[in-house]
Amino acid sequence: MKTWKDLPLGGIIKDVGNTKDYITGTWRTERPVFLEDNCTQCFMCCMVCPDSAVIIKDEKVIGFNYNHCKGCGICAVECISKPKAIEMEKEEQF
Amino acid sequence: MGKRVVMTGNETVAEAVRQINPDVIAAYPITPSTAVVEYISQYIADGLIDTEFVTAESEHSALSACIGAAVGGGRVVNATSGQGLALMWEMLYIASAMRLPIILAVINRALSGPINIHGDHSDTMGARDCGWIQLYSEDCQEVYDNILQAVRISEHIDVRIPVIVALDGFITSHAIETLETEGDEDVRRFIGDYIPLNSILDIKNIVTYGAIDFQDYYFEHKRHQLEGLHKSAEVIKSVGKEFGKTFGREYGFFEGYRLDDAEYAIVVMNSAGGTVKTVIDDLRDKGRKVGLLKLRIFRPFPAIGIAEALKTKKVVAVLDRTSSAGAQGGPLFNEIRSALYNEPTRPKAVNYIYGLGGKDLTAEHIRGVYEALERIDKSRKIDRLVDYLNLRE
Ligand code: SF4
Ligand code: SF4
Repeated sequence: MKTWKDLPLGGIIKDVGNTKDYITGTWRTERPVFLEDNCTQCFMCCMVCPDSAVIIKDEKVIGFNYNHCKGCGICAVECISKPKAIEMEKEEQF
Repeated sequence: MGKRVVMTGNETVAEAVRQINPDVIAAYPITPSTAVVEYISQYIADGLIDTEFVTAESEHSALSACIGAAVGGGRVVNATSGQGLALMWEMLYIASAMRLPIILAVINRALSGPINIHGDHSDTMGARDCGWIQLYSEDCQEVYDNILQAVRISEHIDVRIPVIVALDGFITSHAIETLETEGDEDVRRFIGDYIPLNSILDIKNIVTYGAIDFQDYYFEHKRHQLEGLHKSAEVIKSVGKEFGKTFGREYGFFEGYRLDDAEYAIVVMNSAGGTVKTVIDDLRDKGRKVGLLKLRIFRPFPAIGIAEALKTKKVVAVLDRTSSAGAQGGPLFNEIRSALYNEPTRPKAVNYIYGLGGKDLTAEHIRGVYEALERIDKSRKIDRLVDYLNLRE
């Protein structure tokens, strides 16, 4: 960690976009678990996730970025498939 | 060469701004500072300056617009008073934390309530801890000189901190005085070209301003910010000297008026300085050893120089033009008394609150203060640590 003397003027960020290196997933008390077989690939979860934590690969939802997912559960509530393709589980199980 | 002109305080602010020709001024006019932006909008309409004039829907927005312009690399000026400064509160802290060299002329006005438009220092004193440099001005000449120096101070690479230049509402803002102004070219040479730093419009060096900061870096950033304020003391001093060399009027942290051999001293800021000087001349003619310390820089507070100047006095009265509710006297008193505390010898110190909501401070009141100081010296007793001048009791 830098000391106060190493900081740039005005608290600016020079390596912009460094949010992705800032791990906030530790704040989570519950995590979304992806049940691939139930997923219709509607992308609703990607649109509603406030942390851009839904991972899409080759145009398909494949799971969640647990470095940044804060476990808000919005994706699980909004998931349109029945049965749901996202379930929230207590973090201590992992 | 300078020339002698006749101007109100508000016109003086506007004249200095005209010479600075800033990139942006954001304005939401408020009494008694309204005339400042009226003059400036006239100068722009007349084509005298090419400043971008942003009309905002509130003072909060006006300062926000200034902050936006400053992070975009602009030289930025603004003016306000009382409630206007109060509405800027949130953004004052953000401007200083982002280290943006913004100049804000504050024409001092009492804070509501009750509603009042006249001069006292409750607005700028309330903003004393928001991380801005604060310069105070006795008269139009000091207003003019302070604004020009403020540009150099705030833009200095070691500082990069916004500056408030304060002057008393109505007493200074609306009264007409003579002062010396300098030629446009001389002023522009003195302030120099503005060199923006980390502008968000510099697309080759992209930066982010105003990112969130938690337990890991907030404290470190605040400490870093303080360093700019600490370093500004040296810059204020050297700019004051250079101003003296260039234009013949030198400035320091404070002005001592017949202070060196004085036994009884009064400390004030802004226009009251003139009244106190008149009384001092009178009393000196009668052989009384009285003097004045008129503070120019309130932030960063020049504690060491003040302790040096006051430690050998017998009794000191600090006059605050604001009431700090629930505190042991006004903010100026607390700073001065604290500056003296670690001196092996120090004067007794008392506080007078005066002039709230524009209430007059006359020569008679000042004479009464010096008499009280002599009484305290003889009796070695302070009856009232904090007292009020010109209050009906
Ligand atoms: S739980 Fe919240 S943060 Fe995590 S993936 Fe779902 S919507 Fe995004
Ligand atoms: S909302 Fe549910 S069904 Fe739609 S893509 Fe996300 S997980 Fe799959």
